Amino acid sequence: MIRNFLPAALLMALLNAIAATPVLSDEQFIIVQSTTSTQNSGLFDEILPEFTEATGIEVRVVAVGTGQAIRNATNGDGDVLLVHSRPAEEKFVSDGFGVSRSDVMYNDFVIVGPPSDPAGIAGSTDAVAALKRIAQTGSPFASRGDDSGTHKAEMRLWQDAGIDAIDASGGWYRETGSGMGATLNTGTGMGAYVLTDRATWIAFGNKADHRIVVEGDPKLFNQYGVILVSPEKHPHVKTEQGQQFIDWLLSGNGQKAIADFKVDGQQLFYPNAKGEDS
Amino acid sequence: MHSFWEAFAGSFGLVLALDPDLMEIIVLSMQVTLTAVFLACLIGLPLGAATALYRFPGRTLVSVTLNALMGLPPVVVGLFVYLLLSASGPLGPLRLLYTPTAMIIAQMIIVTPIVAALTRQVAEDLNREYAEQFASLGVGPIDRMVSILWDARYGLLTVALAGFGRAVAEVGAVIIVGGNINHVTRVMTTTIALETSKGNLQLALALGLVLLLIAFTVNACVMALRSTAARSAYA
Repeated sequence: MIRNFLPAALLMALLNAIAATPVLSDEQFIIVQSTTSTQNSGLFDEILPEFTEATGIEVRVVAVGTGQAIRNATNGDGDVLLVHSRPAEEKFVSDGFGVSRSDVMYNDFVIVGPPSDPAGIAGSTDAVAALKRIAQTGSPFASRGDDSGTHKAEMRLWQDAGIDAIDASGGWYRETGSGMGATLNTGTGMGAYVLTDRATWIAFGNKADHRIVVEGDPKLFNQYGVILVSPEKHPHVKTEQGQQFIDWLLSGNGQKAIADFKVDGQQLFYPNAKGEDS
Repeated sequence: MHSFWEAFAGSFGLVLALDPDLMEIIVLSMQVTLTAVFLACLIGLPLGAATALYRFPGRTLVSVTLNALMGLPPVVVGLFVYLLLSASGPLGPLRLLYTPTAMIIAQMIIVTPIVAALTRQVAEDLNREYAEQFASLGVGPIDRMVSILWDARYGLLTVALAGFGRAVAEVGAVIIVGGNINHVTRVMTTTIALETSKGNLQLALALGLVLLLIAFTVNACVMALRSTAARSAYA
């Protein structure tokens, strides 16, 4: 009896595990490849249940950087793409991987920094001038360095400032190669300036003494777009349910759900759907 | 330091409250890891024993390879399994990406070399003791493996626990192939990574302590089982 007990127990454990593993049969769900800012801020937790209740479609969100999200969608590992880097999104559509792109909502980027403000940029509304000051004073700056939407936006700003930040990498310019949250943890830890989207910053729980030092520059505008992955490249894409999700996001109900989402009384995303544009 | 002790208190609060979301995450963690370790043992035990007991060409190479694979970086395993299961990959039509099954496959790949390499060592030591007896009794190769594995069963439990420890703590692979999808593929380690990235360091640390508590419980159960079984066997 004892001889057979252990194998029997292990077998039972396995059978239990298999029996309890969710079976993916005719359950209605779509996979959305999206960015960490939308997930970490809590937006999806707030608005998705409303959509699921209305349609019975479950939305499974894979939250990675914009670069990785686009690559995953290019491989066909998702039905809908919701990211924030317009040039990369337009390329995704023109390469035939996406059906079309629509504006969904926007927020803005801000530069956060330590209270000591070594570059003396607090209160500035000129992001490019602020970055120039950071470079001149050699103040620590923590960059995502991960090909995400935020990283791409940061690189465009350095380019506008005429500064080759990569050249200073390892010195005052520090590439974390990580997500927004990890980079903010690093930045607050080392007293560095960080470019972040406002939503992640407001919802972030480890601000330490860091505060927003630069905001309000039109160049810091951060547009989110939604794209249905093309069934022509990947026939298994759930076009109908994916389109239903996109239609809802762009509808009055979806746009209102986005506007109603607040953290600490602050609105994090501003809906601005205006129909398809490419 | 303050937040450090608060995290301790917080973790017990979380467990005592039996938060349903947390329970769901813990159950999925256990399902994935226990299944992966079970399957890894199914492959690793005979593989390790065979490498110890039988002479065959390339035997040393297999041993060295198994030992080297113990150091496989989980992220690399995650990428490998992702490329395999991606819609554009060879096993894409199975639609396994972003499911618990994908996570089980990834953990199994990480754990199997550990189980096999440690089993090889245990079996080799025991075989040195038994070799003469086997030879004089004319025991066949299959029977030799069965009796070695059976007689080494208590040592092999520790081997399985080593595999469990590695699998349950692993985050790099399961976050890539599982996607950390809420209510579908979110496990303890990916939740800890997510909470860290939200800056909720205290909650993340508390979850880490919960994970430690679970690992402790599993180890204690196995050890209790082992001593009970050992007593009955020799009584």
